[in-house]
Amino acid sequence: MLKNRLLQFLNRRGVVEVISLCVAILIWEMVADFVIKDKGILPSPHAVFLAYFELLDLIPMDICTSLLHFAIGLGAGAVVGIAVGMLMGWFKTVNRALDAIIEVLRPIPPLAWIPFAIIWIGLTHSAAGFIVFIGTVFPILINTYTGFREVDKTYIDAAKVLGCEKESKLIRLVAIPFSLPYIATGIRVGMGVGWMCLVAAEYFGVSRYGLGYRLLCVFFPLQMMDRVVAYMILLGLIALVLDRVFRYFVEERLLKWKKGMVAQ
Amino acid sequence: MNHKLEIRDVTKTFKTEEGELKALDRFKVGVKPCEFLCIIGPSGCGKSTLLRLIAGLDEPSSGKIILDGKELKGPSPDRGMVFQEYSLFPWRTVLKNVTFGLELQKMAKQERYRIAKEYIELVGLKGFENSYPYELSGGMKQRVAIARAIAPEPSILLMDEPFGSVDAQTRNALQEELLEIWQRTKKTIVFVTHSVDEAVYLADRVAVMTARPGTLIKCAGIDIPRPRKRTSVEANEFREKLLMWLSLERSKVQD
Repeated sequence: MLKNRLLQFLNRRGVVEVISLCVAILIWEMVADFVIKDKGILPSPHAVFLAYFELLDLIPMDICTSLLHFAIGLGAGAVVGIAVGMLMGWFKTVNRALDAIIEVLRPIPPLAWIPFAIIWIGLTHSAAGFIVFIGTVFPILINTYTGFREVDKTYIDAAKVLGCEKESKLIRLVAIPFSLPYIATGIRVGMGVGWMCLVAAEYFGVSRYGLGYRLLCVFFPLQMMDRVVAYMILLGLIALVLDRVFRYFVEERLLKWKKGMVAQ
Repeated sequence: MNHKLEIRDVTKTFKTEEGELKALDRFKVGVKPCEFLCIIGPSGCGKSTLLRLIAGLDEPSSGKIILDGKELKGPSPDRGMVFQEYSLFPWRTVLKNVTFGLELQKMAKQERYRIAKEYIELVGLKGFENSYPYELSGGMKQRVAIARAIAPEPSILLMDEPFGSVDAQTRNALQEELLEIWQRTKKTIVFVTHSVDEAVYLADRVAVMTARPGTLIKCAGIDIPRPRKRTSVEANEFREKLLMWLSLERSKVQD
């Protein structure tokens, strides 16, 4: 009886998840309070929780600034990545012309671009955006390219027979809708990479605000580790929300015709 | 006799890495208005190539294809085509698939929706307008493909083994529906198949092809009155004739 009840309870949505989360926080609290006993090495969860209240004035501005950097980078990455990916996927010659260049540039870690970001753009929001751009552009480009290459020839033939002859129309009416799932996957992967670059991009002092700036340039030098952890969690949560919002928007609206194809 | 469509000595060679491959060799056939012509032949005999040439998706290496007295150049909405495999645009609903050709003719939205709905009803899919292709069965998809091909009102309908990948029962049902649509819309149909049964059930006339290079070996009218019975004596007799022509061809190739 009791066992059955317990099983029923555990089967309910979210029960196991919440329990495991609570247990993890509890263990963390125990270890921090009774084992480590040094908040400079491992701040306890309740200290982190309290830190949020002390930071209420700072957090909104930091989030907005970071989202601005992120938006600049992702926006530019999407525009350039999708445009170049489309051209390379559709025109063989463009592919041959650009492929080698891209293969050389692609493996360079985005953070290695920081010196040139500063020299070319200066210490501005756009410089941080540029680093994010380097992180986002390649996944978007490669995925868009793949989508365009995979366009089924039958769809092209079917469109042609129905009177769609101009190449621009074939791209707009067949290749782009066909490639949307690929483009969406590229953007998702790019968003992940871009968000990682963001923290480091704010390290070199492009602004007086920003989650990465605050974490690396203010809290860490002052050894405020509870605040560092508070911002780490904030960075994770925002990325999670961004990804969920994007997935909801894309999968429910744009890709209704192909459920669950965007990489999980 | 005036021909709706005339294929005059059409040859098509493809360049491959091992040299040239002749897919069609001086193929000729004429199709009368409102006629249902089946082209039958073994796999790889170039019947799909021929259909692609008529559709304007490829150009003949030599020879001419004449439609309504004019030589063909490129694809055009005056020829509808139903493909072998599923060619519906998966990102468009049934309705939007059928309106695709009409959109390209710059028809007003209301008008094209009205026409598309008529054709969707004609193929028996009323109620599925807003479904996506992945929600449909194989037979339903091909029905949509037919609706999409005839919605822009082509004067000739080209069909490339359209029922090749559906089960036998669905195939029979689709054949009957196609005949109904044909009788109602008075289209000229060129239908490629490798099924003898299908040809005998559907066609006014059947053109038998050889393989590699594809040439016409026999073109015969099927005078069995409609509606036809699949198991009637006449149908069986014609089937036997057709099989004989095809096997003659096979033995020739083997020699």
